[in-house]
Amino acid sequence: MMTPGTEQALAEAVRAAHAAREPLAIEGAGSKRAMLRPVQAARTLSTRGLTGITLYKPAELVISARAGTPVAEIEAALAEQGQQIIAEPPDLSALLGAGGATLGGVVATNLSGPRRIAWGSMRDHVLGIRAVKGDGEIFRSGGRVLKNVTGLDLCKLLAGSHGTLGVLTEITFKVLPAAEATGTLALAVPDLGAGVRALSAGLGSPFGVSGAALLPMGMAAMGLPGPVALLRIEDFSESVTYRTGRLREVLAPFGEISLFDGQAARSLWRGVRDATFLDAAPEDAVWRLSVAPSAAPAVCAALPGAKLLLDWGGGLIWVAGEASEAMHQAVVAAAGTGSFTLFRAPDALRHAVAVLPPEPPALAAISTRVKALLDPAGILNPGRMGR
Amino acid sequence: MIRLPAPKPEVLARRPEILAGLARLVPADALITEELRLRPYETDGLSAYRQMPMAVVLPRTTAEVAAVLRFCHQQGVRVIPRGAGTSLSGGALPLADAVVIGLMRMNRILEMNFEDRFAVVEAGVTNIGITQAVAGEGFFYAPDPSSQLACMIGGNVMMNSGGAHCLKYGVTANNLLGVKFVTIEGEIFEVGGTHLDGAGYDWLGLITGSEGQLGMVTEVTVRILRGPEGARAMLAAFSSIPVAGQAVDAIIGSGIIPVALEFMDRPCIHACEAFAHAGYPLDAEAMLIIEVEGSEAEQDALLARIRDICARFDPISMKVAESAEQSLAIWKGRKGAFGAVGRISPDYLCMDGTIPTGELPRVLGRITEMSEEYGLKVANVFHAGDGNLHPLIMFDANDPESFRKAEAFGADILKLCVEVGGCLTGEHGVGVEKRDLMHVQFTADELALQRSIKSAFDPDWLLNPAKVFPLLGETVLAGAA
Ligand SMILES: Cc1cc2nc3c(=O)[nH]c(=O)nc-3n(C[C@H](O)[C@H](O)[C@H](O)COP(=O)(O)OP(=O)(O)OC[C@H]3O[C@@H](n4cnc5c(N)ncnc54)[C@H](O)[C@@H]3O)c2cc1C
Repeated sequence: MMTPGTEQALAEAVRAAHAAREPLAIEGAGSKRAMLRPVQAARTLSTRGLTGITLYKPAELVISARAGTPVAEIEAALAEQGQQIIAEPPDLSALLGAGGATLGGVVATNLSGPRRIAWGSMRDHVLGIRAVKGDGEIFRSGGRVLKNVTGLDLCKLLAGSHGTLGVLTEITFKVLPAAEATGTLALAVPDLGAGVRALSAGLGSPFGVSGAALLPMGMAAMGLPGPVALLRIEDFSESVTYRTGRLREVLAPFGEISLFDGQAARSLWRGVRDATFLDAAPEDAVWRLSVAPSAAPAVCAALPGAKLLLDWGGGLIWVAGEASEAMHQAVVAAAGTGSFTLFRAPDALRHAVAVLPPEPPALAAISTRVKALLDPAGILNPGRMGR
Repeated sequence: MIRLPAPKPEVLARRPEILAGLARLVPADALITEELRLRPYETDGLSAYRQMPMAVVLPRTTAEVAAVLRFCHQQGVRVIPRGAGTSLSGGALPLADAVVIGLMRMNRILEMNFEDRFAVVEAGVTNIGITQAVAGEGFFYAPDPSSQLACMIGGNVMMNSGGAHCLKYGVTANNLLGVKFVTIEGEIFEVGGTHLDGAGYDWLGLITGSEGQLGMVTEVTVRILRGPEGARAMLAAFSSIPVAGQAVDAIIGSGIIPVALEFMDRPCIHACEAFAHAGYPLDAEAMLIIEVEGSEAEQDALLARIRDICARFDPISMKVAESAEQSLAIWKGRKGAFGAVGRISPDYLCMDGTIPTGELPRVLGRITEMSEEYGLKVANVFHAGDGNLHPLIMFDANDPESFRKAEAFGADILKLCVEVGGCLTGEHGVGVEKRDLMHVQFTADELALQRSIKSAFDPDWLLNPAKVFPLLGETVLAGAA
């Protein structure tokens, strides 16, 4: 494994691999190695040697850090100033079996947590990047200011490209103050359809819901054995009291309501964020779907026997089930016009199936040309995204 | 003075065949070729530059758009996509050998879904049109450019437009779910959908803000949001720009994210007050308009906190709106700022750089000095929370020297923005206006990379040429008004 300590050294390593036509597995801490398709490469290039916060201006709501900086380190620095990463990126160590997620990794996989529904994705808040192309050339896109439409936005393209279009070396992103207080309403709902309707009612209310999840298996430990809808308000204390009160009125028709706040509320949302509520068995494969929320009950009904966890008002569906091609096809069919990711599976399945939805043919042709521009020899994470 | 590429002689020579070919693709009323009716399309919001196109096509369907693009591609004809033509950077400026494809007739709302909180609209629907369509259910479309009565969602997507409320709600890119995209070859496909964050490359993110360089958008799926219970503004006036800047930092540092945080300097306060009689303090050097949202009680609480913060910076005056009407009055001057400056000086250039907010005092100080050096007046109004400056440079269009100076002044401001860590454009786009400054912000290699990505979509460079990227090769001059 190569762990260069400077961007320059990392660029050299990529340039050498390009010249030798030698594929590289690109990673940060390697915590997401289990996602998508295994990379076909003899050598690994990690950004874990590129660490450190390079700029932090709390009053400007901006922070920059090298790609290998652990997310935990950034969260700690922000917390000291009462701020937070807006998109609430998950810690998926329980699901993926490896931790220590880096900033580069959460941006390259565009993984966002519950707050995404109200405040945007990891990608939405990336203001600027530095990256190394597949031929070793360093480039920048965006900058360090909150509004910038100068030139083509390559930040968005690289965020979520799983290291196949360039190696991110430094990322600048927008942050926000952390709310003073959190309140959560838990609703016992009769079924998933009612649950999603309750979440929609909450998100369609003027009370600023910042998390809207649905636990099909409930929370038995808290005396809620059936499906439970969770809605979160984050705000100043007085506002949390007021807003949860008003939200209760909106949600009263959907089921019995209990209130959680403080540490209890925070740990509930951590369980949603990190998908620990999914309760996947070690041998299960795991999929992550994104659909229009109202489609969720039908998607879930089409997957009998699967374990499920819903977030983003029902639009984000975590599925755990048998690691088989048949199950994969069922999941893909259920996702319909939505999107899916094979999140975790035995290598054989990861090689056998499409791990992401295909692009329409005319777009795929453009996509191939853009990939060739950014990675001419095809050495960056070959196979990762299924090609 | 801006340079444009020389028209292609072989295209001009085949004008009759090309027009006949277009006539076979769209109904007769959708093709404009006579000079008088072409005239409205010769310029956009950057009206200093004008150029008549060869023809204008106004399709009504995606299929027509695709057919026209396919034909233009086959014929090697350049294409200028156009929405409402309000671009302030000359993004929709025609070329003499080009066909303008205007989408104003594609103005239908196709679907409104309140349960899943999205709307599917054609590209020619106006920005305000979306909010008006969903307002009955208490919803709105968040990005609100000041041009929202006229500008169209297709243009908003291509410029990644912002508005006064994007500090809280984000810009266009943060409020999209999908688009229907047509390539220069006439291929149609969907990007995104009605779900969030599809897996795979983020083509939607690349297309957003691409200024018509990559293809055309005919339908847009936007997120719609439930409006807050209410909103109210206050204003706070200060005796110096640095102090106002410190107040902005203190507000943001307190954990409050106002929905809007707007800044005006003395010349702008005076212009707006003369125009709108909003009761602005004429003795102030800087004024903030701060808006918060929530229930009446929440608004009171937040405004009280902000008042206390501002009070620490010796404000000259503060006024908290007691009602929605008073709030509107506070906004009235700001919303009319461009018109107000237009009354003092019929001609002005609206600049659009962004700076780190901490650089504000230094940058405004330099702009004042430059204003003296160039002998041109400038008024500053901008989005303080995100550092997006709008210096309005006043000049006299009848005096070519004055126009030349105004452009040079504008370029100096934008270079300064980049120098202090900011960028050339926060929301108006590069267009033709800032094209030749791109090398200030990007290296030659970075520009080459962006150019090559355009080529991956549009190998023959037929889509909106002469915008965004500095010209390579032969050029002619376009006339200033
Ligand atoms: C008074 C005034 C105030 C303004 N205030 C703001 C503001 O607050 N915030 C802000 O961000 N902007 C503002 N603008 C700028 C302008 O309104 C925006 O850039 C707007 O998004 C342009 O929309 P349009 O429909 O007029 O597009 P046009 O000007 O017609 O086109 C804009 C660009 O997009 C391309 N294009 C248009 N439609 C399509 C399509 N369907 N497919 C492909 N390409 C297309 C054009 O070729 C051009 O490059 C203001 C302008 C004015 C005149």
